[in-house]
Amino acid sequence: MSEQMDGASRASTNGNEPLLVVKNLKKYFPIKGGAILDRTVDYVRAVDDVSFTVRAGETLGLVGESGSGKTTTGYCVLQLLKPTEGSVRFAGKELTTMSRGDMRAVRRDMQIVFQDPYASLNPRMTVGDIVSEPLLVHKIGNRKSRRSSAERLLEVVGFNPDFINRYPHEFSGGQRQRIGIARALALNPSLIVCDEPVSALDISIQAQILNLLKDLQNEFGLAYLFVAHDLAVVRTMSDRIAVMNSGKIVEEGPAERVYTNPTDPYTQALLAAVPIPNPRRMQERRAERRKHKDVLAEPV
Amino acid sequence: MALLEVEDLRTYFKTREGEVRAVDGVSFSLEHSKMLGIVGESGCGKSVTVLSIMGLVQTPGRVVGGSAVFQGRDLVQLKGRELEDVRGHEIGMIFQDPMTSLNPTLTIGTQLTETLRRHLGMNKDQARKRAVELLEEVHIPNAARRLDDYPHRYSGGMRQRVMIAIAISCNPKLLIADEPTTALDVTVQAGVLDLLHELRSIHEMGVIIITHDMGVVAETADDIIVMYAGQIVEQATALDLFDRPEHPYTEALLEALPQVEGEGIREGRLRSISGRPPDLLDPPPACRFAPRCAYAGQDDCATVPPDLREIRPGHWVRSSHPTSERAAAPVGAR
Ligand SMILES: Nc1ncnc2c1ncn2[C@@H]1O[C@H](COP(=O)(O)OP(=O)(O)OP(=O)(O)O)[C@@H](O)[C@H]1O
Ligand SMILES: Nc1ncnc2c1ncn2[C@@H]1O[C@H](COP(=O)(O)OP(=O)(O)OP(=O)(O)O)[C@@H](O)[C@H]1O
Ligand SMILES: [Mg+2]
Ligand SMILES: [Mg+2]
Repeated sequence: MSEQMDGASRASTNGNEPLLVVKNLKKYFPIKGGAILDRTVDYVRAVDDVSFTVRAGETLGLVGESGSGKTTTGYCVLQLLKPTEGSVRFAGKELTTMSRGDMRAVRRDMQIVFQDPYASLNPRMTVGDIVSEPLLVHKIGNRKSRRSSAERLLEVVGFNPDFINRYPHEFSGGQRQRIGIARALALNPSLIVCDEPVSALDISIQAQILNLLKDLQNEFGLAYLFVAHDLAVVRTMSDRIAVMNSGKIVEEGPAERVYTNPTDPYTQALLAAVPIPNPRRMQERRAERRKHKDVLAEPV
Repeated sequence: MALLEVEDLRTYFKTREGEVRAVDGVSFSLEHSKMLGIVGESGCGKSVTVLSIMGLVQTPGRVVGGSAVFQGRDLVQLKGRELEDVRGHEIGMIFQDPMTSLNPTLTIGTQLTETLRRHLGMNKDQARKRAVELLEEVHIPNAARRLDDYPHRYSGGMRQRVMIAIAISCNPKLLIADEPTTALDVTVQAGVLDLLHELRSIHEMGVIIITHDMGVVAETADDIIVMYAGQIVEQATALDLFDRPEHPYTEALLEALPQVEGEGIREGRLRSISGRPPDLLDPPPACRFAPRCAYAGQDDCATVPPDLREIRPGHWVRSSHPTSERAAAPVGAR
C-alpha cells in the first residue's frame, strides 16, 4: 500500500518493551463543595492505580460495568485526559511528561474509535473530508494525494470509494462506524483505543464491524485497547482481558483463562450474570448466580 | 382460552414521506402464566406492537386493523376511561428507562400508594402497608425506611425494581416489559430478570418481555417471537427456537452472536448479515428478508409474500427456505 500504510515509519520499541506500558495510573476528579463550590471536598477515584501492557499487534480487552473507569483509562492513555499520577509509556517514550510538540507526533500513532457513530462525525463535512482530515491536520500530502488516500481508506473498510462526496446522514449507524474506523486508520497508527465501538449497533451490524476490526488487525498489525461492557464482544476480540471494578483492575490474564477460570469474586459474579443464548442452561445459570449474590449486593 | 389473543394487528404511521408500516399483520397468543419473549433488531416493530395493544400509539401512528382480545375484550376497540382502567390495573407495564417513568419530585411511597388508592380504592394506611410489602417483594432492603426516599436516592436497578412493584401492585394478569434491563449493568440486569421470573410464578402472570438480546429471551422466556421489518418471521418454544431455528434470519442472527463460552473464539469470525433492515416506508414487496437472505434464489422470494406457517407443531416460520426444508448449501457463494 502507500507510504502511510507500509508500516515502515511506524513507531517501534527497542528491545522487548511492549508497545504500551501503563504503570500505577491514577485519575482523580475533584468533587467541589463549599458555598460557592470553590473547595475540593473529595475526589472521584475514576482510575485508581491501574497497570497493564499492550504488545504490538495484540488486543487487550478492558471490561467492566458502567462507571468502572474504562473510558477514563483509555483517555489517559491517549493523553486526552491528564493523569493525576502514574506513567504511560508508548513506543518506548514516556507520554505524561512529554512536551506538546513531541506529543503531536506521537498522536499520529495512537488513534481512537468512539462509541457513538452519530455524535463523532461532523455532519457538515463530506465523508472524504472526514476520513482524510487527520492527514490535513498533520500536513501530510497534498489535496490530490489526500483524496486518493480517502478513497483507499473507504475501500479498506468495505465501502465504494465513490462515497467520498456523501455526507454522514446518508449512512446507517454501522456504516458511520466504518467511517470512524477509516478515519482512525488514516495515519497508519500502531495502537487504536476502541471505546465501545459496537455498543450502539444491532447484532447483525455489530458482527460486520467486529470482523472488520479483526481483519484490519491482521492486515496492518494493529494493537487494540478494546474497551467495552459486553463480555461476549470483548472475548471475541481479545488476547488478554483486564476486568475493572471501581477504578481498579481486579483480574488480568489471557482471555481464555479469565473466562473459563476466573479467580476474582467480582469477575466470577460478572461472568455468571451474562445471559447465555441457550435456554437449556437457564436453571443452572440461575443457580450459579445465586452463589454470587453477596458480591453483587446493590448499594443501599 | 388464551390470556391475550392478538390477530392481524396493523399499525401504520402517516409521515410526509409516506406510510410507515411499523407493525404489519402481527398475530400471536399468550397463555396464562407464560412468559413470551419478543426479539428483533432496532426498528422492527417490537415497541409499537405492545403500544398498539395498550392503546398508547401516538399520532401520526394509528392502529389501522386487527384486534387484541384480553380476557374477552378487544383492547383495540376500548376508549378513554375503560382503557385506562385496564391499563395499570389489569395490565402492568415496565419500560426501558425507569428514570423517565418515575416522577423525580415525588417520594417512592407516594408513587406506589397513588396507584393502589386510585385503582384498588385503598385508604392511606392500607396503601402504605401494601407499598412496604411490595417493596419487600421486589427485594428492596429496609423497605419501610426507603419508602419516603425520592427516586434519585435509588440506584438504577432499584428504580427498575420499584417500577416492577408499581406494575404488579394491582395484581395484573398480564405484565408487559419493554426492554426492562437494557439501561442496566449486566449484574443488575440478572437480578431484575430473576425477579421477573420469580414474580411471574408467584402471581401467575402472563409476561411479555421485549428485548434485542437473544441471551435475555433464552434465559427468561417460554416462547419466543422473532420480528423483522414489522412482521413476525418465526415463533416457537424457546427450546425449539434455539435448537432448531428455521428462518434464515434467526439462524444468521444466532450465528452472529459473540459467545462467552467455547473454543477458538478469538481466532474465529462472526457470521455477518450483509446489508441492513429495510426501510418500512417501502419494504421489499414479498419476503422482507429476501434482499439479505443467503438462500433467496431465482424463485419467487421477490414476488410472492411467504405466509407464517406451522412447520411443525408449535413452530411457525415465514420463509420459503426454512432450515429443515433446504439442502445444506446456500444458493451462490457467500
Ligand atoms: N470529567 C469528569 N468529572 C468528574 N467525574 C468523572 C468525569 N469523567 C468520569 N467521571 C467519573 O469517573 C468514573 C469512571 O467513569 P468512566 O466514564 O471512565 O467509566 P466507564 O467505565 O467508561 O463507564 P461506562 O461503561 O458507563 O462508559 C465515573 O464515576 C464517572 O462518573
Ligand atoms: N412517530 C413515528 N413516526 C414514524 N415512524 C415511526 C414512529 N414511531 C415509530 N416509527 C417506526 O416504527 C417502526 C417500529 O418502531 P419500534 O419503536 O416499534 O421499534 P422497536 O422494534 O421497538 O425498536 P428498538 O429496539 O429500537 O426499540 C420503526 O421503523 C420506526 O421508524
Ligand atoms: Mg465509557
Ligand atoms: Mg423499542
